[in-house]
Amino acid sequence: MERPLTQYIHPGCPPFDLREYEMTGGYAALRKVIGSMSPQEVQKLVQESGLKGRGGAGFNTGMKWSFVPMGENAPQPKYLIANADEMEPGTFKDRLLLEGNPHQLIEGMILAAYAIQADISYIFLRWAYKKAAQLLRKSIHEAYTAGYLGKNILGSGFSLEMHLHTGVGRYMCGEETALLNALEGKRATPRAKPPFPQVSGLYGKPTIVNNVETLCNLPHIVNNGAEWFKGLGNGKDSGTKLYGVSGKVNKPGCWELPIGVTVRELIEEHAGGMKNGYRFKGVLPGGASTDFLTTEHLDVKMDFVSVAAAGSRLGTGTMVVMDDATCPVGFVHNLQHFFAQESCGFCTPCREGLPWVEKMLLSLERGHGTAEDVEMLQMHTQLLGPGNTFCALAPGAMEPLQSALKYFREDFEKHVELHKCPYG
Amino acid sequence: MSTIYIDNKQYNVKEGKNLLEACLGLGIDLPYFCWHPALGSVGACRQCAVKVFKDENDTRGRLVMSCMENIKDGLHLSVADKTAKAFRSQVIEWLMTNHPHDCPVCDEGGSCHLQDMTVMTGHDYRRFHYKKRTYTNQYLGPLIHHEMNRCIQCYRCVRYYHDYAGGKDLNVFSAHNHVYFGREKDGVLESPFSGNLVEVCPTGVFTDKTLREHYTRKWDLTTAPSVCNHCSVGCNTIAGERYGQLRCITNRFNSEVNGYFLCDRGRFGYEFVNSANRITQPIIRNRAVEAVDEVVVMDHLKQLMNNHTVIGIGSARASVESNAALMQLVGKENFYQGISDSLRFIQKRIVEVMQSGKVQPASLQDIQQADAILVLGEDIWNTAPVMALAVRQGVMKTAAHHVLENRELPGWHDAAVRELVQQEKGFLANCTIAASPLDELSSSTVHLAPDDLARLGFAIAGRLHTSVPVVQLDSNTQNQAAIIAAALQQAKRPVIISGAGCYNEALIRAAFDIAVALNTPEHEVRLAYVMPECNSMGLAMTQSAGFENAVLRTTREENITAIVLENDLYRNVPAHIADLFFNSVQHCIVFDSLNNATTQNADVLVPAATFAEGDGTLVNYEGRAQRFYQVYMPANKNIRESWKWLQKMEEIRTAQTAEQVYHPEDLLVMCERLMPQFAGIAGAVPHHDFRINGQALPRAPHRYSGRTAILANLAVSEPKPKQDNDSPFTFTMEGYSGMPPSPLIPFFWRPGWNSIQAVNKYQQEPGGALRNEQAGTLLFEYKRDGEAVYFKDIPEAFMVRKDKWLLFPQYHVFGSEELSAYSKGVGELSPEPYLAISSRDADQLGLVDGSLVTIKVFEQAYELPVATNMLIPNGVALMPAGLQGMPAMNWNAWVQVMSVKL
Repeated sequence: MERPLTQYIHPGCPPFDLREYEMTGGYAALRKVIGSMSPQEVQKLVQESGLKGRGGAGFNTGMKWSFVPMGENAPQPKYLIANADEMEPGTFKDRLLLEGNPHQLIEGMILAAYAIQADISYIFLRWAYKKAAQLLRKSIHEAYTAGYLGKNILGSGFSLEMHLHTGVGRYMCGEETALLNALEGKRATPRAKPPFPQVSGLYGKPTIVNNVETLCNLPHIVNNGAEWFKGLGNGKDSGTKLYGVSGKVNKPGCWELPIGVTVRELIEEHAGGMKNGYRFKGVLPGGASTDFLTTEHLDVKMDFVSVAAAGSRLGTGTMVVMDDATCPVGFVHNLQHFFAQESCGFCTPCREGLPWVEKMLLSLERGHGTAEDVEMLQMHTQLLGPGNTFCALAPGAMEPLQSALKYFREDFEKHVELHKCPYG
Repeated sequence: MSTIYIDNKQYNVKEGKNLLEACLGLGIDLPYFCWHPALGSVGACRQCAVKVFKDENDTRGRLVMSCMENIKDGLHLSVADKTAKAFRSQVIEWLMTNHPHDCPVCDEGGSCHLQDMTVMTGHDYRRFHYKKRTYTNQYLGPLIHHEMNRCIQCYRCVRYYHDYAGGKDLNVFSAHNHVYFGREKDGVLESPFSGNLVEVCPTGVFTDKTLREHYTRKWDLTTAPSVCNHCSVGCNTIAGERYGQLRCITNRFNSEVNGYFLCDRGRFGYEFVNSANRITQPIIRNRAVEAVDEVVVMDHLKQLMNNHTVIGIGSARASVESNAALMQLVGKENFYQGISDSLRFIQKRIVEVMQSGKVQPASLQDIQQADAILVLGEDIWNTAPVMALAVRQGVMKTAAHHVLENRELPGWHDAAVRELVQQEKGFLANCTIAASPLDELSSSTVHLAPDDLARLGFAIAGRLHTSVPVVQLDSNTQNQAAIIAAALQQAKRPVIISGAGCYNEALIRAAFDIAVALNTPEHEVRLAYVMPECNSMGLAMTQSAGFENAVLRTTREENITAIVLENDLYRNVPAHIADLFFNSVQHCIVFDSLNNATTQNADVLVPAATFAEGDGTLVNYEGRAQRFYQVYMPANKNIRESWKWLQKMEEIRTAQTAEQVYHPEDLLVMCERLMPQFAGIAGAVPHHDFRINGQALPRAPHRYSGRTAILANLAVSEPKPKQDNDSPFTFTMEGYSGMPPSPLIPFFWRPGWNSIQAVNKYQQEPGGALRNEQAGTLLFEYKRDGEAVYFKDIPEAFMVRKDKWLLFPQYHVFGSEELSAYSKGVGELSPEPYLAISSRDADQLGLVDGSLVTIKVFEQAYELPVATNMLIPNGVALMPAGLQGMPAMNWNAWVQVMSVKL
């Protein structure tokens, strides 16, 4: 089983420096692209490989690039941004890549920048990833010194600057347009789309924002080709995927596996099954803003299409397992507390609706809830749906709630009936 | 035009607008908060949701925010859709979760957009049972009251204050449901346009602090269309009264002058009307009982006129009617402009070039649409603030037009447009004596002495047309001239702005030369000259002699009775000249509303109505004659328009016994007869007998309350309402309830729309002109095919002198204008006197900021603290203009500056 992204990552060992990275084939993809491929060819290759955005939305990466204006009349400068603001609760996959192999990200970014002919690139890093920041700074410096970054890279005429930007810890900055605002020094509120960042992004210029994992795939696609990449997948999607499992399992962790492994395989084989005394009750397959799947979904393949068909989203691919001793109301309340706090406050439904949802859940949990509250929660799952709010934060927040109301409704009703939390 | 279907009804609508604008334009009530016609769309509040359908067969549809969707031909949408309605109602419920529901004690109550929208959506019962979020309020200065708990986070305040008006000290802080709109810490709001927050805020977060001191609900105000008194722009206002006290000023929208916004001097300067310093009774001085009644004073005035030569001193802050009545009474040859000769000379030049018809005057709308602007000399930020706000819009809009070229992005998409614009700006050259807040918008900033600014102006003109002689300039200024000339040459709609503020006549000519040189078929050039006061243009157009001529005459002729009309001469000429005048005339009759140095010298003092108590016409800087209407009939019958008193005197003088009723328009007809240059002014607005369906127009709104109870402590029967013979208005709520013609709109109010947002209903389209808008009458006629003429007399370059400084006024929004300074808040914001000189000059004199200096003017010495400034040209000194208690200076004259040895 191939693990292209993590093959050289050994937990506990420091990541490769430039020399070690080069010795294991690092920057070969960059040399190949610069020597023999046009930007359009790189775009086409990535499009054909079927690589989908690993940040959660699952949009074809090459397709996303193709909306960037190209040619001499394209606005200048263009920007390429690595979204490393990994703040989705339960998600820690980008951290593995950032700390485990920073040059892989840098090479991926240079390839992406070349494909869209970007002039300037940024890594927007979550503030708490202090170790990653240190490693990235060092690696960027090495890349500059080796001529992989800066003016006239490897004599090709292509130039790229790279900067590391550390955020201040707002979930909202993971949304690509809010990230752009934050990078510009503005409030981290999202922007209306259209216009899309590909056309009017950072400082109003064409910009691509890609997830860390997405970018890390690029050197391998360039080196091994689209067909190879397609062949890595287990199902309908291409490549490998970094999967994570957290919760009351024996071996919580993060693994690179062929995209399309089943939920069961992940939990039972890789995470070592449920801890003694706990039974599986449900799972958020792709982070806090995805719908619950339950026992009936254990054989769902963890790829974009299959998870969507099961009524949830692959999201970041890092799942949070809920066991039978955990109160779903309390579980969801915890999530809603997070989302209400991380709302940027720009649009009404999210700013005012989420705190209301949070208060109702807390009220239920404390035994003060009523049947009307449950109805009101149900109503909010629709009112805060896609299109009604300015961005996807509140609709994402509603995903675990709406599915909890669907699968664990009895638990909600018991809170009302008993005037207390049945889980004690 | 596109065809769209709203709830299956077909409509033709203009392209390039969004669905919200389309619906409002069609008269469909659709609630909104974050959208504003002047600010565009951002999609924050989610209040204007509608359903949009793929085609006529789609029954499911999709909820969209109407303010964020472009009109598309053939589009099907539904406002009445159940889901859309429920969502709009839910948005209000969300907003109300934390709203304090304090309407009964809220200043906004009754004119609150949030109230209107709440009723419109149908939200009623509260389902949120938890604690409300609360905030701490801030002190924002004497003009604006802050009450954050009422906030519904529509972001309009910040978008207006920060983005539209360029203010830096109000912003949004914190996040999620704690977002806070205010300053970093307590303090006076810095922008002189802060008052518009009161109207921009949809609820009671930002309210008028001056109104709070004598609060009245909108429905209890008696209001009339008015015109601002506090500069030469002539912004349209609505003035409101109750119980004989002027309560507030709000904006009166019109598309050509001020649009949606006023400056704070205009909005808050009204309180002089309620001042304790008002003249309330006729006074005959040097008698046992000086305060007299009308009969006695008239009898006395008759004596003072008989066997005397009567001369009249006109006023730049009195109406055309009052000036004309005075001219009629004393005769054209005995009428003098009550301003210094130096100012009169400059204003004469302005009138001359505007009357030449060679260039079209620039309205504020023209300025907003300009793609290159040159400000030559005038400190418009302080002398005509709303013009500076228009300049800002011109600069920003040009940048927006530029980035939107070849893009599909609609102009209303505010956030996206701003993102594309970034730091880009349209062309503005701000060329003034000293630094101005406009500098930060300028592509070219020049600070020079006025003569050098004029030379720069001629150099620009010279680069545009060979008829203007070549000017020798230093290489830096020469470069600036080249840059400015090139930018103006490239523009399609260049605007040149200058004015009388520098007391430099060459600037007027230079600005004219530039405008004429640009006046080719490729350009639609416009020219504006800012004047000092609200009717400076009206006075200057009389083309009468200046005040010094009157003084000269009084020193040579005996037996002169002078009538001074609403004019504190001590503000217009140095004290020794005014003193000479009062010592030389035999009798002096003064008409004014407030006591001042001039009224102290009156033998007879007659109380004059302010703009709120009288009718009249003002001519703004562009020659636009606009009528203001009496708001209320003062209980004190002695207070009446000067023109009414003067008409009475005319009757006595001509011994006409027949009781003839004069109306304001009769005076304008007479004015046209006396001075043909005023042709057209009499037809500017509907006459006093104008009626719609036989009905007069009510000043009080239909919900004016307690009329029968107001005087119930005095008498049980309701007194007969006061009659207005001067205008088409009644003082009550009876009369025509439809929409009056635009100059006669006393309030904006439509069913369901109690707040100022009702303006939408009066416009042809949201943000557009009023229905059948008539924004005054322009008195200058543009002659398209006239031959170009140029001034060729170029002043010498400014030379720094040893030990002497050339003194110029530094204007201040707050403090430099006479009447507004009597308002408490404006007074509080006025600066203390100072003398500003360049940092280099200060160094040479061994002075630092705050050092005391003495300047000598006409043997009178003034001690002032020094303010040093890097950007003031060497050899030039600036003193604040027009501060209360400071005498008039001889501007553009050399003064000695001496350090005070402590």
